[in-house]
Amino acid sequence: MARRLTPWRWAVLGLAALYFLVPLAASVVFTVDDPDGISFDAYTKILSAGGFVSSLLLSLELAVTTIVVVLLLMVPAVVALRLGAPRLRPVVEVVCSLPLVVPPIAFVAGIVSVLKWGPDHLSRTPLFQTFVAIQNPSFPVVLVLAYVVMALPFVYRALDAGLRAIDVRTLVEAARSCGASWPQALVRAVLPNLRGALLNAAFLTLALVLGEFTVAQLLGYQPFAVWIYNVGSDQAQMSVAVSVLSLLVTWALLLALAGAGGGRNRTAPSRG
Amino acid sequence: MTATTLEKAATEQAATVEFRGLRREFGATVALDGLDLTVRPGEFLALLGPSGCGKTTALRMLAGFEHPDSGAVLVDGRDITQVPAHRRDAGMVFQSYSLFPHLNAVDNVAFGLRMRGVRAVERRSRAAELLELVGLGDKGERFPHQLSGGQQQRIALARALALRPRVLLLDEPLSALDAKVRLSLREEIRRLQQELGITTLFVTHDQEEALSIADRVAVMRAGRLEQCAEPAELYGRPATAFVAEFVGTMSRIPGELKDGTVEVLGQRLPADGEAADGAVDVLVRPENLRVRADEQGGARVVATAFLGAVVRLTVRLADGTEAKADLPAHEAAGLGAGAAATASLPERAVLVAARTEN
Repeated sequence: MARRLTPWRWAVLGLAALYFLVPLAASVVFTVDDPDGISFDAYTKILSAGGFVSSLLLSLELAVTTIVVVLLLMVPAVVALRLGAPRLRPVVEVVCSLPLVVPPIAFVAGIVSVLKWGPDHLSRTPLFQTFVAIQNPSFPVVLVLAYVVMALPFVYRALDAGLRAIDVRTLVEAARSCGASWPQALVRAVLPNLRGALLNAAFLTLALVLGEFTVAQLLGYQPFAVWIYNVGSDQAQMSVAVSVLSLLVTWALLLALAGAGGGRNRTAPSRG
Repeated sequence: MTATTLEKAATEQAATVEFRGLRREFGATVALDGLDLTVRPGEFLALLGPSGCGKTTALRMLAGFEHPDSGAVLVDGRDITQVPAHRRDAGMVFQSYSLFPHLNAVDNVAFGLRMRGVRAVERRSRAAELLELVGLGDKGERFPHQLSGGQQQRIALARALALRPRVLLLDEPLSALDAKVRLSLREEIRRLQQELGITTLFVTHDQEEALSIADRVAVMRAGRLEQCAEPAELYGRPATAFVAEFVGTMSRIPGELKDGTVEVLGQRLPADGEAADGAVDVLVRPENLRVRADEQGGARVVATAFLGAVVRLTVRLADGTEAKADLPAHEAAGLGAGAAATASLPERAVLVAARTEN
């Protein structure tokens, strides 16, 4: 049966490969195409262009902070939900899925109006400084807050799937009867078994933050995605080169994350 | 061999456990309805009962995973009701496989020692000794998913013993295993328990399991203690009809109770048990019901089942009730299905219970 299907499988694989690789190859060809033959000028110019390093760093900082914040928020929440209030799960699921329904453009419009409204009304209170601080252009906390919300659906789903695969209650109780306090039971017994789920959540959040454009652009910051757009508007060849490069950077980061997470992961239980 | 040197400390100070008036409700259901029970030092006590009788809840209260609405749990006379689970000094083996999937066998066993801040070298050697003790000294580097169910439960047992707990709690540790492994592991558990002399509570719904390994068996029903006695007494002299029918096989034969004696199967026998005069049921173990072939007998053999040393007959008595009788195989030769027979009881006191309609 499987054997007879093999040609079909190859056909499907080939089509998928074409679909993904042709545009990519075309992009690469476009970036190195030059009237005189092949030139890597576009790539070398990137490094000298203003803003490449700073915008990439900003994106990475935002991604790391978002991952940390969203995990610190969601891991205790979903574990507590599973152990203490399983009946609240549908509610949390719906709440965490809301960001998928609200278009980013509406979301950012809301943020903008809050940021405008806040200082008007709070100018005489210490909260005013808070508003200033979260909009600090060198590290816009407001973007982290927005990204945390936008990452909620993915993180919730990843963690929920991970928790589904393990018997959290028994693990916690086994740890407790071995003399572990609540926090110890969580860190030593539950989290290591959620490694896959945590990695998935981190992956998705990283990809989301690196590629996010709408919110950052409309709030007036310049992380990597916005920078690519700005560069591309005046130099077509270079902007495509940057896109190719950013694709490679994202891949490299995801691979690094997988490597870091999977390196010691001898167990990766196949649960067979 | 290691056990004697390793665990002597535990033997000398085996703990007494007391449940005093434990009550717990989950919404509308009453899980425990005033449970009083004392476990003697070094005793292996089985908590036996149908599902939902509160036996697991009682065990979890001792472990610290549930809290009573009222009542107290005492260990050596000290009230531990408010002590959090991780300071209770109770090792527990769970029904479901509860090993930490990310740790190998040695690290699983050493987990508690790690929580106590024992140095790595020391805890690994102690864990290795414990694995040796449960007969898995060579499986230390295996991960839970590479081990069979029986092996996992042995390691869970070693893990529960690693901190030298005062009390060992076993929550149906054998119910997920297949029959053969179950049998050998329960003997192993009993052997270890006797070697270590550790006070042990064992929750089970399997009466055979309870009778075969426990020093005493506490039968529970609807959140209360029905009877707590040694297996032989529980089987031979059940205090209530519930115990009688839950432990072992029991047939009900109608009789007439009057002035402490009961008229049954044409015999008049002294009666035990609480029932009002009048129509009652006499509770009879299969090995106590005598059946012999008799052309004139009013009883009739309905079915036979060969069980090895004995044959279990199902007999329909003259009044239509069915009873079970165990006969040595050679005596059952003439008693095939359909044969006419007479049933009788030995001349000694029988247990009676109020008549149930069915």
